[in-house]
Amino acid sequence: MLGEGILKGLAETARNFAGSFVSKERMTTVEYPEVRLPLPEAARNFPFLVYDGNDWEKGLRCVACQICEKECPPKCIYIEKSKDKKPDYVGKPQIYPAKFDIDISVCMSCQICVEVCPFEAIKMNTEFELSTDDRFGGLLLDRKELAKSNEYYHTIHPTEAREVDARLAQEKAKVEAKAKTAAEAAAAKAAAVATGASAAAATANPAAAPVASPSTTKAAEIAVAPAAATAPAAPKPVAGTGTDGPAPMTESEKKAASEPAKPGEGEPKA
Amino acid sequence: MSTSSTPLGNVTARLARSEKLEGKPEGWNRPPVIEVEGDSELLELAMGPHHPSTHGVFRMDVVLDGERVIKLKPVFGYLHRNHEQLGQSQSYLASMPYTDRLDYFCSLSNNWAYALAVEKLVGQVVPERAEYLRVILAELTRIQNHASTIGFLLQEMGASGTPLMYAFRERELILDLFESLTGSRMMCNYMRFGGCRVDASEAWLDGARKVVAALPKFIDEFENFLMSNEILMARCQGIGVLKPELAVNAGISGPMLRASGVNYDIRKVDHYGIYDRFKFRVPLGDHGDIFDRYMIRMLEMRESVSILEQALKEVPGGPVMDPKAKIRNFRPKPGEAYGRIESPKGELGFYLISDGSPNPYRYRVRPPSLINLTVLEDMCLGSNVADVVLIFGSVDIVLGEVDR
Repeated sequence: MLGEGILKGLAETARNFAGSFVSKERMTTVEYPEVRLPLPEAARNFPFLVYDGNDWEKGLRCVACQICEKECPPKCIYIEKSKDKKPDYVGKPQIYPAKFDIDISVCMSCQICVEVCPFEAIKMNTEFELSTDDRFGGLLLDRKELAKSNEYYHTIHPTEAREVDARLAQEKAKVEAKAKTAAEAAAAKAAAVATGASAAAATANPAAAPVASPSTTKAAEIAVAPAAATAPAAPKPVAGTGTDGPAPMTESEKKAASEPAKPGEGEPKA
Repeated sequence: MSTSSTPLGNVTARLARSEKLEGKPEGWNRPPVIEVEGDSELLELAMGPHHPSTHGVFRMDVVLDGERVIKLKPVFGYLHRNHEQLGQSQSYLASMPYTDRLDYFCSLSNNWAYALAVEKLVGQVVPERAEYLRVILAELTRIQNHASTIGFLLQEMGASGTPLMYAFRERELILDLFESLTGSRMMCNYMRFGGCRVDASEAWLDGARKVVAALPKFIDEFENFLMSNEILMARCQGIGVLKPELAVNAGISGPMLRASGVNYDIRKVDHYGIYDRFKFRVPLGDHGDIFDRYMIRMLEMRESVSILEQALKEVPGGPVMDPKAKIRNFRPKPGEAYGRIESPKGELGFYLISDGSPNPYRYRVRPPSLINLTVLEDMCLGSNVADVVLIFGSVDIVLGEVDR
């Protein structure tokens, strides 16, 4: 019969029309601004910079290595390195980005910056309501606008953030353990060296503390080599009967001596 | 026969040229050029680039004799963005997100084709699990592409809204899967040289199984909905016929070629990835008209569902990325490679020449959309203007891939 196919099709339309009143699964849309579908955990939109602790400027994980700038396909990242250094999450003094701009009107959300970053410093945000009336300035985000706390990262990508935290903690523990053994060795050496100079060491410590404060690990690293180097010459100050009391400690010995007293200083809060 | 001079060229001159080519082999020649009857005045019409049926910015300069098309010239390039030059001026990895934007309906197939080319270039091995994930994602892509192509075709036929919305409803379920795995609905940027970027969780695979289990119902519904519709048959059957000889000679690939009856599916021919492990049939058409192209896509969706069922049953464990694969400082040895896959639109190939530097020396895309468009005139000559829209819709192109 001519027209049978059309009627068959219309029956299908009717079933769909009626079905949307009966079954909730058939309602495939939501009323957007009021009702929002939850974003999947993997969702990504534009990058942001992660910082640890409360101060965004101090806690930025980025060390301005410029790998992301180089690898970015549409070249939307602009980084300027700082002149000075600040301690990173393991306490190592690092360069930080004096300027870090992302032009999100150019960014194509490809996530390559996240993949190539060796410092877990740049991650993808899920925020998508970014419209602005300023076409150029409003879409050029500087490092203050890009900085988001680690807690925020945990809220948007919980699984991924936990993995990243575990990895960072592991790395930090490794560095710390290495630093600790190095520091202990150095301290033992220093102690052996300065047996006759314990009084002087005690007085030297408060003065040495601010010098050693930037980091425990860096100091320990520096300490290892000089301590070893000074070992053959160790008997010298002991044997020497100087007129001006005990022999002065070298800079590295001072640092090493102050080491065990301050294990956790100079580290950002987790 | 009258001589009419138009800015598109002299119609008589064209006739003379086609006569001269008569000694050439069958199919090489253009189909008979339409003769202009009497002294009718020819009308030149620019369809596009803003025409809603052109799927983007594409222009067809048609010359009409009354309602009949006697000449058609496709004009493209409105969306040209220097894709190949961009690929040559940056690292291998950086081209991966750009391939998403070629055929933005099927970003995962594009990823695969490019990854395949680079893997051939460097001799990279892909882990088993990644191969399975690739097949699953590529077949899901094929289903959503075919569903929306059919939806658009019916929309252009005058079935305003309803079929397209039904198609998009199913497509959205698949895109949700893509989003929860890759982070993006359409610009997935998921595959890497030597595997895939992230692993799929068991929950994701269960979600995929659920979606795949519901797909046959959708295809049934869609078939009930319009397959036996008399209007659809009257509009589609016998219109826009593409002869198999011409299709082969013009390098047509994909559903368009198979609708003309040529059995050529790169999944069967090349067995790239792990396609030799799955049982599936290659649907073929008889007439090469719009209806066959429409039917081929419906049938291919069913075959894709069967591949998906097989693949989802036996996804192995293990890594999704070759541990030896390099993300940064990727420098293939000098050489060349051509990787091709059966993308939903046809043969998508990437040709790469490496000179040992971090950038490819030559990066070339073989886009199915562009090459399938080249026979548009041959299919359209002699038909009505309204049919041109349908014939064009049945080719299934995406302008992002045509213009690059």
